[in-house]
Amino acid sequence: MNIIPGITILLLFQLFGEMIVIVFQLPVPGPVLGMLALLTTLVIHKGWQGSLEPVSQAILRHFSLLFVPAGVGVILHFQRFENEWIAIGAALFISTVIALFATALLIELVVRSRHSTTGQSTDDA
Amino acid sequence: MTHETLYEAWVYLAASPLLGLTATLVVYIACDWFYQRSGQWPGLNPVMVSIIVLVTLLIATDTSYETYFEGAQFIHFLLGPATVALAFPLYRQLPKLKGLWGFILGGILLGGLGSALSGVWIAEVLGASDTTLLSLAPKSVTTPVGMGIAEKIGGLPSLTAGLVVITGVLGAVVGPSLFKLLRIRSDIAKGIAMGTASHGIGTARALQLSEEMGAFSGLAMALSALTTTFTLPVVLQYLSYY
Repeated sequence: MNIIPGITILLLFQLFGEMIVIVFQLPVPGPVLGMLALLTTLVIHKGWQGSLEPVSQAILRHFSLLFVPAGVGVILHFQRFENEWIAIGAALFISTVIALFATALLIELVVRSRHSTTGQSTDDA
Repeated sequence: MTHETLYEAWVYLAASPLLGLTATLVVYIACDWFYQRSGQWPGLNPVMVSIIVLVTLLIATDTSYETYFEGAQFIHFLLGPATVALAFPLYRQLPKLKGLWGFILGGILLGGLGSALSGVWIAEVLGASDTTLLSLAPKSVTTPVGMGIAEKIGGLPSLTAGLVVITGVLGAVVGPSLFKLLRIRSDIAKGIAMGTASHGIGTARALQLSEEMGAFSGLAMALSALTTTFTLPVVLQYLSYY
């Protein structure tokens, strides 16, 4: 089980992303640029997939654990939650439902219409 | 062993990073065990329950968040490489995206900006403070990205981190039932919506439901991190929120 090359590649790409952000003073977070750079590299060098698969799957399988330390940070803002809990709670809940609803419905309609058109074209052929 | 030496050991360990790190892992593993035993009942979402348990522990032992974070930062640090690692599932789904790119980008922009603006407006109408509004705006994107945006637009990054996690848990808990209610059948649509509305926590939930849904959720989360970074500050500035 050799995850060292994989984790090194991930860190190198993150470092690359962070450096680009600092040098060009971009508004994008470094890891996101690192991800894009890695995606581009994977498209060009398909062979890299093998060394990355184990570490990527391991790190993403427990993705939700990584959010716990930041989440515990709500402890710093108890006062604010106490004062504004109705506004914060309603805003979070309603806007999350709106986002889920709008995005899912749009993509569902597109996927369905494409299925029916591709179905027709194969029937024609 | 006397009471006193036990107390001394506690004082020593409570200040060391080992305790915060171990506590986070032990609590998470325990919460995940209960969650799996319950048949993945949404009310027992392991991220949510872990946070509640850890916050309670910190308060009960009178430990500061800074002390806790000295240990927990080693887990937090992995968010960076994990974000980079999302390139992998994205790469594997590239062929499925043929011809769908425009619609998916459109859906992500719609959901991402819709979530941010409706959240800001609702909070504003209900009388939230400006700092809260600006910290709330980037709540749908993944934690490191959300914190970066909050910093840029004048919100509180640590408050955003908390709101991001709550949003993620909300989406993970509400999403699947909402899709059933709306009769959404395509895993592509479900995944894109989960990733757009509730980033990594939604993606973690989607991965449990189906691999395809998880991959598309990861894709949406990555793309919405990008689109939100570029669009949200501009839109908020245009609406003169900062």
